[in-house]
Amino acid sequence: MPIDRETVVHVADLARIRLDEAEIARFTDQLSVVLDAVARLGEVDTSAVLPSASVLPLKDVQREDEPRPGLTNEQALANAPKGGRDGEFFRVQEVLEER
Amino acid sequence: MSALPRSITEAAAMLRRRETSAAELAELALSRAHVDTHNAWLLVADGHARAQARAADERLRRGDAPPLTGIPWACKDIIGTKGIQTTAASKILKGYIPPYSATVVERLDAEGAVMLGKTNLDEFAMGSSNENSAYGPVRNPWDVARVPGGSSGGSAVAVAAGEALFALGTDTGGSIRQPAALTGVVGVKPTYGRVSRFGVVAFASSLDQVGPFTNTVEDCAIVCQALFGEDANDATTMPLASEDLRRDLEKGVKGLRIGVPKEFFIEGMEKGVERAVRDALRELERQGAELVDVSLSLTDHGLAVYYIIQPAEASSNLARYDGMRYGARVEGKDLLDTYRRTRGEGFGAEVKRRMILGTYALSAGYYDAYYVKAQKVRTLIKAEFDRAFETCDAIVTPTSPTVAFKIGQKVNDPLAMYLNDVFTLPGNIAGLPGMSIPCGLSEGLPVGLQIMANSFQEATMFRVAAAYERATQHHELRPEVAA
Repeated sequence: MPIDRETVVHVADLARIRLDEAEIARFTDQLSVVLDAVARLGEVDTSAVLPSASVLPLKDVQREDEPRPGLTNEQALANAPKGGRDGEFFRVQEVLEER
Repeated sequence: MSALPRSITEAAAMLRRRETSAAELAELALSRAHVDTHNAWLLVADGHARAQARAADERLRRGDAPPLTGIPWACKDIIGTKGIQTTAASKILKGYIPPYSATVVERLDAEGAVMLGKTNLDEFAMGSSNENSAYGPVRNPWDVARVPGGSSGGSAVAVAAGEALFALGTDTGGSIRQPAALTGVVGVKPTYGRVSRFGVVAFASSLDQVGPFTNTVEDCAIVCQALFGEDANDATTMPLASEDLRRDLEKGVKGLRIGVPKEFFIEGMEKGVERAVRDALRELERQGAELVDVSLSLTDHGLAVYYIIQPAEASSNLARYDGMRYGARVEGKDLLDTYRRTRGEGFGAEVKRRMILGTYALSAGYYDAYYVKAQKVRTLIKAEFDRAFETCDAIVTPTSPTVAFKIGQKVNDPLAMYLNDVFTLPGNIAGLPGMSIPCGLSEGLPVGLQIMANSFQEATMFRVAAAYERATQHHELRPEVAA
């Protein structure tokens, strides 16, 4: 089994996803099967190959840096989650523990 | 009129002969969408469609209307629509109203097309059966116990069931071509770089493309004509001179070399699918195409490359859903707990699986072994396609190894589900254009023929598809849908 319970819990934490016990067990099994399948890539010799992040023949695309109208404050705030807006601000919980 | 015309070209001609109006087409499509029993629609935008239809009729009266003016279409709900809810079929985006439209929507608006509403999909386009929607599965009109394919299942069904004359989908590993195959319509994934993704909810950014579902090959060329082109808001769109995508539709395939990769005729492919595809290849040969063997020996590894790169990119793209500025928020004891609860409750199982897989592949200690390795094999896969296209003009394969399968049949076996896309995802890895066209039935269900061409050679792809379509009647088959 290439991925164990602890790793799933750790990675889910890195991804900021809370899982329940049933999900942890199910994902550990299912992801093991998937990782077993993708591990076959090791068979391919890539010693002299460069990685491709994209297949597009474009590099360093630039455009004029001209000011354009953006969203208004109201537009930007309009989709704030329930309880997530305070006047013209997004309301969030404390980020820093000490003040 | 009791049913929509058979194609965009037919509807456009009727509109110009004043045999119908944009308003009449819109009412008909809206009424069909409202009685849809396949769960294809997440939102029907009656008021919006009627306003666009009125404007289209005005434009048609003026006599300078582009081909899509007054044509009713359906929009996959992962494509942002200004003022109209866009959910990506996720709970986490329930109620989200985009403040701007995607470039593709703006282009269709500019053409005078009439958007009817938003179609169902697998959550964040992650799936091959449309069973991963937070708003319920979509049913296949050919057999309502079966899936329509995914992720763009709702868009495929809207066209297959005669509820819209075309639809937009997105294709990251087959999400247009596979549902097109399973519902018996035409679906196109353009070359990576052809179509702007600005305003489209990002999934795996080096793979995603937007494309159409239609009833005919010519209709697909017409919609692509409206969609293609550089967009200053998407730096991955290629600056290419405009070309007429319909120029080769009548040319036929005489003298064209059609590549047939043996690696695409694998064990596990249904016999009926193989038979239909072999028949199609014989038909192309009969019309004067030369069938040539090509080798795509890395096809077998495409799935692994895809299931590293795609979840890795998705895990990065979906980091933005944190419950702070939009979408659902589930408050916890502190900010970190809020993130974890928001994402734990807001995402469905498949999205969470892929987030974990992608985060794992990118995490310290695994990055080189998984992510960089996959990117290197991607280089090799692209090179193999480049070599193949030195000896052929198009590659023809099955779109999917099976016809539509039963709802629930593969939900607990992610790997079996992922194998649905084994023939389509190499095209995304290499950035190539691909399309699926109907090539007959197997046990009463549609089979799709995939046609791939070299990068930016969509006109050649359409040429092959149109030649096949002209010689066969498969595209005229439609499921019986209770009106």
